[in-house]
Amino acid sequence: MEYRIEVEDLNVYFDELHILKDINLKIPKNAVTSLIGPSGCGKSTFIRTLNRMNDMISTFKMDGTVLLDGEDIYNPKVDVVELRKKVGMVFQKPNPFPKSIFDNVAYGLRVHGINDKDFLAQKVEESLKEAALWDEVKNILDKSAMGLSGGQQQRLCIARTIAVEPEVILMDEPCSALDPISTTKIEDLIHKLKKDFTIIIVTHNMQQATRVSKHTAFFLHGEIVESGLTEKIFIEPEDKRTEDYITGRFG
Amino acid sequence: MHRIIPPKISQKIMTGVFWASGLLTIAILLVIIGYVLLKGLPVVNLEFILGDPIDSGRSGGIFPFIMSSIYVTLLAVLVATPLGVGAAIYLSEYAGEGKLVKLIRFGSETLASIPSIVFGLFGLAFFVIYLGFGWSVLSGGLTLALMALPTILSASEVSIESINKSYAEGSLALGATKWQTIYRVVIPAALPGISTGVILGMGRAIAEAAAVLYTVGAALMIPTSLMDAARPLPLHLYILATEGLSMDNAWGTAAVLVLMILIITVVTNTLVDRYRKKMMGR
Repeated sequence: MEYRIEVEDLNVYFDELHILKDINLKIPKNAVTSLIGPSGCGKSTFIRTLNRMNDMISTFKMDGTVLLDGEDIYNPKVDVVELRKKVGMVFQKPNPFPKSIFDNVAYGLRVHGINDKDFLAQKVEESLKEAALWDEVKNILDKSAMGLSGGQQQRLCIARTIAVEPEVILMDEPCSALDPISTTKIEDLIHKLKKDFTIIIVTHNMQQATRVSKHTAFFLHGEIVESGLTEKIFIEPEDKRTEDYITGRFG
Repeated sequence: MHRIIPPKISQKIMTGVFWASGLLTIAILLVIIGYVLLKGLPVVNLEFILGDPIDSGRSGGIFPFIMSSIYVTLLAVLVATPLGVGAAIYLSEYAGEGKLVKLIRFGSETLASIPSIVFGLFGLAFFVIYLGFGWSVLSGGLTLALMALPTILSASEVSIESINKSYAEGSLALGATKWQTIYRVVIPAALPGISTGVILGMGRAIAEAAAVLYTVGAALMIPTSLMDAARPLPLHLYILATEGLSMDNAWGTAAVLVLMILIITVVTNTLVDRYRKKMMGR
């Protein structure tokens, strides 16, 4: 199997707090990996380590290695801007910019210096189509994204992310603020996107993990208790704690 | 437990108190503006607005003073806005919580509470005499800029701080740099609040007589350069009233000043509202 991301002996601290402990995890290419576990177990901190969003927190410290396509992303020579182009992120709460729908999708391209109008228009259309939002917004591209529904906003955020053609898309509970119908749409979208992207999704919803992901890692108290094929984790977990969690005995 | 006033009654009383204070505030505002317009509007006509003063303003128009007001206010805003907004961006996005930040904030708050006549005196000593700008639009405008600065700074800072942090996160996650995030996302989103600050600062500058008293001179002609002396409306009003030249024209000047401020406020509020609606899609 080919891996896009390989995490070795990762430890993360915020001040004295030891948030992630000896994490080892390999993320397969062009597949969906779910991260499950109770709140506060370090899942979000983990995915924010993968695009270096934790760098902005002054108390953040880490050791270990995170390899993207074999290259250490914490190497001092790495350009964080380039890294975040390759590793996109969709947040828990839809966070479109207070700009037009078009400008939202074109944003990433523009900050990377692309201003060619025809190219932008074509790329915006492609991305919105890929995010299954084009038909709903093609006539209101100049309207503010803030007027869209929550589910539409989240798909817009996905379109915005794929417009810069990342290799990896990190999704931090992308459906937790959405209704069931919007959730289904996002899950369908994830199925479609996994052909072209490596997707890592944090979710509190067990069914969602089984529906969308091929691989799953179970986090507990900052450690990975168990990881592997999703069906194996959910049908015959090796660890008692995994079984307790997925059967709803805690968490 | 024995209550002196039952909750339902106290609820009613307090509703009445708040309602009355709201009403009273509006009433005071209307009475003042109404009185000024009532006394002033009879002298105000096209000739008064567009004409030159005759006999030191005993009769004739106030056009040079309107232009003076526009010039010094515009200069003040042009100088104070970039400074104030720049400082606000530094304080809210870059500075963190160090000693320097506390010092800047303290300085700005102190600046806001200094009496305007003291600004005037400082302007006289620094701009007029020390820098040799003389009694001029430049000296007056810069003095007014100092006065407008803290207003613009604190309104901008509050506005920038209130921008949802998730916008900045979304931008950074797309590979934007911090500066790109600030000028492409944070500032546009904060623009309504920043504009409000600029308008408040402008209002402070355009209405000021004391700060320009020692700095701008008292010319009767339209200033044609930054180094020309001028006479903004509040100063003209002050001179007309204290020297007993013409109370009618003083009221007329006051009416024009009030109308100018009203127009500026209404126009900018409308523009800001339209921008905000477009941005937020409502």
